[in-house]
Amino acid sequence: MTEEILIAGFGGQGVLSMGKIMAYSGVMQDMEVSWMPSYGPEMRGGTANVIVIISSERISSPIIKHFDTAIILNQQSMDKFESSVKPGGILIYDGNGITRHPERKDITIYRVDATEEASKMNNPKIFNTIVLGGFLKVKPIIKMENVIKGLKKSLPERYHNLIPINEKAIQRGTEIIKKVS
Amino acid sequence: MKKELRLMKGNEAVAEAAIRAGVDGYFGYPITPQTEIIEYLMEANPAETTGMIVLQAESEIAAINMVYGGAACGKKVMTSSSSPGISLKQEGITYIAGAELPCLIVNVVRGGPGLGTIQPAQSDYFQATKGGGHGDYHLIVLAPASVQEMADFVDLSFELAFKYRNPVMMLSDGAIGQMMEKVYLSPQKERSKTIYDWATTGKPATRERNIITSLDLDPNGQELFNLKLIAKYNLIRENEVRYEEFQIEDAEYLLVAYGTSARVCQKSVQLAREEGIKLGLLRPITLFPFPSKRINELANRVKGMLSVEMSAGQMVEDVLLSVNGKVPVFHFGRMGGIVTTPEEVVECLKSKFIGG
Amino acid sequence: MAVVTGIKEIIKPENLVYKKTNIMTENILSYCPGCGHGTAHRILAEIIEEEGLQSEAIGVSPVGCSVLLYNYLDIDWQEAAHGRAPAVATAIKRLMPEKFVFTYQGDGDLAAIGTAETIHACNRGENIMIIFINNGIYGMTGGQMAPTTLPGMKSSTSPYGRDVKTMGNPLKMTDIVATLPGSYYVTRQSVHTPANVKKTKKAIRKAVRYQKLDKGTCLIEIVSNCPSGWKMTPVQSNKWMEENMFPYYPLGDLKTPVE
Repeated sequence: MTEEILIAGFGGQGVLSMGKIMAYSGVMQDMEVSWMPSYGPEMRGGTANVIVIISSERISSPIIKHFDTAIILNQQSMDKFESSVKPGGILIYDGNGITRHPERKDITIYRVDATEEASKMNNPKIFNTIVLGGFLKVKPIIKMENVIKGLKKSLPERYHNLIPINEKAIQRGTEIIKKVS
Repeated sequence: MKKELRLMKGNEAVAEAAIRAGVDGYFGYPITPQTEIIEYLMEANPAETTGMIVLQAESEIAAINMVYGGAACGKKVMTSSSSPGISLKQEGITYIAGAELPCLIVNVVRGGPGLGTIQPAQSDYFQATKGGGHGDYHLIVLAPASVQEMADFVDLSFELAFKYRNPVMMLSDGAIGQMMEKVYLSPQKERSKTIYDWATTGKPATRERNIITSLDLDPNGQELFNLKLIAKYNLIRENEVRYEEFQIEDAEYLLVAYGTSARVCQKSVQLAREEGIKLGLLRPITLFPFPSKRINELANRVKGMLSVEMSAGQMVEDVLLSVNGKVPVFHFGRMGGIVTTPEEVVECLKSKFIGG
Repeated sequence: MAVVTGIKEIIKPENLVYKKTNIMTENILSYCPGCGHGTAHRILAEIIEEEGLQSEAIGVSPVGCSVLLYNYLDIDWQEAAHGRAPAVATAIKRLMPEKFVFTYQGDGDLAAIGTAETIHACNRGENIMIIFINNGIYGMTGGQMAPTTLPGMKSSTSPYGRDVKTMGNPLKMTDIVATLPGSYYVTRQSVHTPANVKKTKKAIRKAVRYQKLDKGTCLIEIVSNCPSGWKMTPVQSNKWMEENMFPYYPLGDLKTPVE
């Protein structure tokens, strides 16, 4: 099993940390993982993206151009990465701020309105874990118990009080994700 | 002994491995994409645990000269930087080579020339393997291709550096520095208490004074020293070649690639084999000494080789020298901070050798 | 005709009034007649002997006339790249704080190419001693303009005299260092008369003590002569130094610790 994932959005949306939770969760499940971020000044307020690969085998290239799943969280990333989903692959997006919705017919498209849900839950910071929940619903490659372990590992100890709310957010994500086409 | 599993960036792995290897001193200056090394060390504050000194110098030049000072005391010392910073360090590096001092220099390469880009590249191969500064000298150059090797090669670097009293460079790149992977960390080693008989540690009555210098104003003396260095480099060529082979047994074509490109090429080998092309990969782990002998042997078995590097074509010159005309050799690689894709490599291979 | 014998045959115990200190080696100094370096080396060697520092001392020699200093004092030495001695000494002292660590640098080394290393080592208050020989010229390369060359002073790269409009002003590096919080004891001395030699020796001894007490950077500038570079006899050069160098680089303490 190899799952090649791209997460792309604005810096500050928690793109990199979502990837980190995924990678840690993979480690907890005894998988091979790689987490390759975009880096540099573009991260400061601009777009951020990260490639996460989770595999049962040794990972070859950590930098790839085509993905099994793309998680797209702003319009710029939609324009740039819609075409990078492998035929038959999955695109997950948050509809907030999206003016041109994905158009491809050879992939499965899901929508998870995490921005809206996070504000309903009065906590914009859990946006990324809601998205993560949505992803895990459609791609249950990691057991939930390992995701929670991964969450603990990727959060510094001083933020461990936030684990319950993030667990809830993941749960909510699995509930609100819906297939578009 | 049990190794500790962590998920870390390559840069963080270098820093943690340095503490655990019992390094005495790290001297650095921030530059993207390797700044996490000094940030990690400052936060870890090993002065409180192992007694390791971590110092942010006023420049890369000062940092490498601090390495000179520490290494001349027989201490395990290191620095790290990225391409433009490594250029600044070249003065210090040639003095270190000339004074035969052991140390580790980590280069997390970014694209150039000049300020270039902060994205990953492999365009410092010539600088790393052919000397880099002035005068006849070589560094031992290790090319990690994973976060695990970023950690493991710290210890190996110091082992080789002290064995040969020669500076060692870890030639990494922005991709390996920035990416996170699983890494198994070795247990904490104690800092060495060895006092080397060549080191400047204060002259006891029992020995002559030690002088660490790279200067010899007598041409005959200098030539003798140059000959001594050549003998040392030949010994290193004899004993320290390291490489890894991948699907080489039945290969008709061979990719030669190191570091990030070698990771990409593993995937290319898979892709090519899915198309029925018998492709193999040789990954040099040491770039100096270069696995010339092995590549020459393989030239008897394959129809051609492709050197894949994120550069305008640097290692390809060493591949050509190794092959010595036996089979055609080409170069392929992206530049400017663009990482080659596995598909591009296969396309290039087909166009050069198979006619597609 | 008398057979010319070596100096050792001439010097007999009954007429011996002055001898080499034990820390000076048998090597013959490479300096020109009348140069201040030899005297500066000698008093440094005396201090190392008198303070019992031979087994603790690690010296860092510069690039310049005193590049071969490591041949003359019988202690452990590191030869640094041009200007980098303070960085080299920083690491030595940080890694071996129990040792006595010092640099010996000329004006080109310390105040031109090594400006950054000097300022930052002093600013960090590295617990080292810096001996700074200022003779206003690049001696080893044959008399080029130094950062400390006086206005109007001739050198091979200021053959019509230093024009401050195009060549900049002489840099008072020691004054700058004295303003830095990290420096502890900063003084300017000379070695051209017995009285001045005594004062310089006293200054070096103070710096040794301060280093033992972990006080921070001590910098001792020695304003000196360069008969060859200045194209003068030794006597003329000392007179010229008094009349021209001292007014610009006045002798005395620039920063003394409050004790």
